[in-house]
Amino acid sequence: MKIFPVRGGIHPDYRKELTSEKAIVPMPLPRKLYLPLQQHIGAPAEPVVKSGDMVKKGQLLARAQGAVSASTHAPTSGRIADVAMVTAPHPSGLPQLTIMLEPDGKDEWAELPQPLADPFAASSQEIRERVAAAGIVGLGGATFPSAIKLNLGSQNKLETLLINGAECEPYLTCDDRVMREYAAEVIDGARIMAHALGTAKIVVGIEENKPQAMAAMSQAASAFPNISVVGVPVQYPMGSERHLTQAITGLETPAKKLTAELGVVVHNVGTARAVHHAIRFGRPLLSRVVTVSGGAVTEGKNIDVPLGTMVSDLVAFCGGLKEPPRRIVNGGPMMGQPLPSLEVPVVKGTSGILALTADEVNERDTQPCIRCGSCVTICPCGLVPVEMAAFIRKDNLDGAAKLGVMDCFSCGSCSYVCPSHIPLVHFFNYAKGRLNEAERDKRKLERIKTLAETRTTRLEQQAQAKKAAAAAAAAARKAAAAASENPDNKASV
Amino acid sequence: MTLAYTDKSAPFTHAPTSVQKTMTTVILALVPATLFDAWLFGWPAIFMFLITVGSCVVAEALCLQAQDKPVGATLSDGSAVLTGWLLAMSLPPWAPWWIGVIGSVFAIVLAKHLFGGLGQNVFNPAMVARVALLVSFPVKMTAWVTPHPLFSDKGLSFADSLAITFGHAFNVDTMTAASALGYVKTELSRGVPVTESVQNLPDLMDMAIGLHAGSFGETSAILILAGGLVLLARKIISWHTPVALMGTLFVMGTVFHLINPDRFADGTFHLMSGATFLGAFFIATDYVTSPVSKQGQIVYGVGCGLLAWIIRTFAGYPEGMAFAVLLMNALTPIIDHNCRPRAFGRTRKGEPLEVKGEK
Repeated sequence: MKIFPVRGGIHPDYRKELTSEKAIVPMPLPRKLYLPLQQHIGAPAEPVVKSGDMVKKGQLLARAQGAVSASTHAPTSGRIADVAMVTAPHPSGLPQLTIMLEPDGKDEWAELPQPLADPFAASSQEIRERVAAAGIVGLGGATFPSAIKLNLGSQNKLETLLINGAECEPYLTCDDRVMREYAAEVIDGARIMAHALGTAKIVVGIEENKPQAMAAMSQAASAFPNISVVGVPVQYPMGSERHLTQAITGLETPAKKLTAELGVVVHNVGTARAVHHAIRFGRPLLSRVVTVSGGAVTEGKNIDVPLGTMVSDLVAFCGGLKEPPRRIVNGGPMMGQPLPSLEVPVVKGTSGILALTADEVNERDTQPCIRCGSCVTICPCGLVPVEMAAFIRKDNLDGAAKLGVMDCFSCGSCSYVCPSHIPLVHFFNYAKGRLNEAERDKRKLERIKTLAETRTTRLEQQAQAKKAAAAAAAAARKAAAAASENPDNKASV
Repeated sequence: MTLAYTDKSAPFTHAPTSVQKTMTTVILALVPATLFDAWLFGWPAIFMFLITVGSCVVAEALCLQAQDKPVGATLSDGSAVLTGWLLAMSLPPWAPWWIGVIGSVFAIVLAKHLFGGLGQNVFNPAMVARVALLVSFPVKMTAWVTPHPLFSDKGLSFADSLAITFGHAFNVDTMTAASALGYVKTELSRGVPVTESVQNLPDLMDMAIGLHAGSFGETSAILILAGGLVLLARKIISWHTPVALMGTLFVMGTVFHLINPDRFADGTFHLMSGATFLGAFFIATDYVTSPVSKQGQIVYGVGCGLLAWIIRTFAGYPEGMAFAVLLMNALTPIIDHNCRPRAFGRTRKGEPLEVKGEK
């Protein structure tokens, strides 16, 4: 299959060998699980249990609220200890409402929905409902509710389901291991998703640094002529939805549009496997594979972790930290979030927990920009990071917006190559936050303005109506008076 | 409990790059040519080189101190050494000590720190210094000495060399010759056609190797070219600026030579003579003063090549590379503004692309 060139990109030190040969091991049940109500993009789920309730494995704990949301289920059986504020796995370290579950050790299943006997005979809607009920979100890290993404076929003419096995982030090997060990499950999940989407073709894109995963997936897909497993160049950020789509189809997704408008929908391999579990066994999303790695961890592992497990328990399972880390990262080193501590839970979007040493992070003091242009050359979005940063430094955010800062998806390539160690992405994240805030304020202001105008019009209309009524009443009175004074002259009214 | 820092966005890994590494690589690429020229022109050239680099470093240190900036840390980025090095390579090898010192003040104080220091200067510091020296001291700046290799019969003693650099014992007329470009230009003004005057020059092979009169850096074309190729291989520079510059110079030279060989020197002569290689690989590619995008670098390179050819051919100065680069430096912001790459998913004008098949 022809692979199309993608602009820019970098070749970081991948360090995947730390964990790539470590088979996925199950995490023993910790003493307590912490399940935040928001583990996804959209509205937080609404808890349906309260402190003291006994729950079984797979039982619904919090229900999706609103159009974009996802449910959460009990990863094991036990007692609800509390529903309270707990530190979220976020750089801010702010707390969010979290369900705390004390496992009873029995791991007793709740009654699960019956598996679909033949998913390929089921309607798209039926599959989507099952996926939504299972609380499945994009497991590549974006955590967008998958059921909504499976509905893209209703508005677009879709041709290809692209299964993203690129895993271009350094260190992370969870998708690699899932593809090697559970290829058949991934392929089955992909076929079910393709059926729901109405796409004829399935393409699995895997970076060429994962030959075993390629082999396993090709083998699993060999029975299905509509599935092709394709190697893509090792070039960060190949796993970006738009860039992978371009590499495989040659199509460039227009700004502010979805790949679906080109007939392509992209789902992660882990998501496909979760769909397989939900449809074939009725099991909701209760655990995910997490890579624990980095130079400060005693032994890196790929672990099947129950959602809600404290990162500290996870790290303890890996033998703990052998030295103080410089950074703890939730996700990959290029796009992951920094964590203040290990006392946060693993959530649906946690693809990796990295404890990185100062050597690995290689931070230095920022030096003046020497305009070397490396950031311009490697930007996979064709932006001009050096100029955008100059605008943002002067707080000229509109100037940065004109240069396309909102098109930046913070892949980190520019910061990575900068010889002056300028934290360019930090600048862009700041600008994006401020610009989004300004946009929200603007919308709010417009809404207030509309409401105020409506109110004024309504008040004016009321006043006018009152006046008209008063005038009519006065006229009527006058007429009545005139009639009573001069009962013969009726024609004058 | 805070276990790790969260004061910065990802990425939490970094390429093994630094300003210091970049500058050091450029300097290393200049070393072979520098050693060759040191041998070719002997002790006076070595003195001139050390004085120029040394006074650039001192000027940088004083400027940093005056601005309360960290002196040691900033000096170690290597940019002042590189500026001094490039300036030295563009000077006549036997220039007296004060040429190097004044040039360093022009380069570091005027061209660099008055604009805000590293990364802020609009014009290439070494070229500002060279041009300022050239217009201020035209005689000293065009005293191209013929080769006096060390350890050869023509080589000078250490004492004589000291006298040349620091005294007035240097009789300009007896030891200098015109550079190739200068000779052709002078002869042309006397009515001697280019076709005849080039006969009296060293052949192209000698020019390439460097066995002729010229500035410190323009005499060893092959070694400069080798250094430039090292920079290309190490991805310190890209091919865009040098190829555009040399290509333009060559095409202009060749085309006009075909039209009138008596008036115009040919393309190969333009490539091999003067500071073409030094300019194309080391001067025009200066990060700070050249455009950041590849498209911009091509426009910039073409501009440099064109201006260098025009100045060499029609203007009063035989060598135009420094002027050409400075003029194009002034255009860099405009080129940057107009030569941005096309953003992903957008047209060149910045509008979102249309979905195929959408009316």
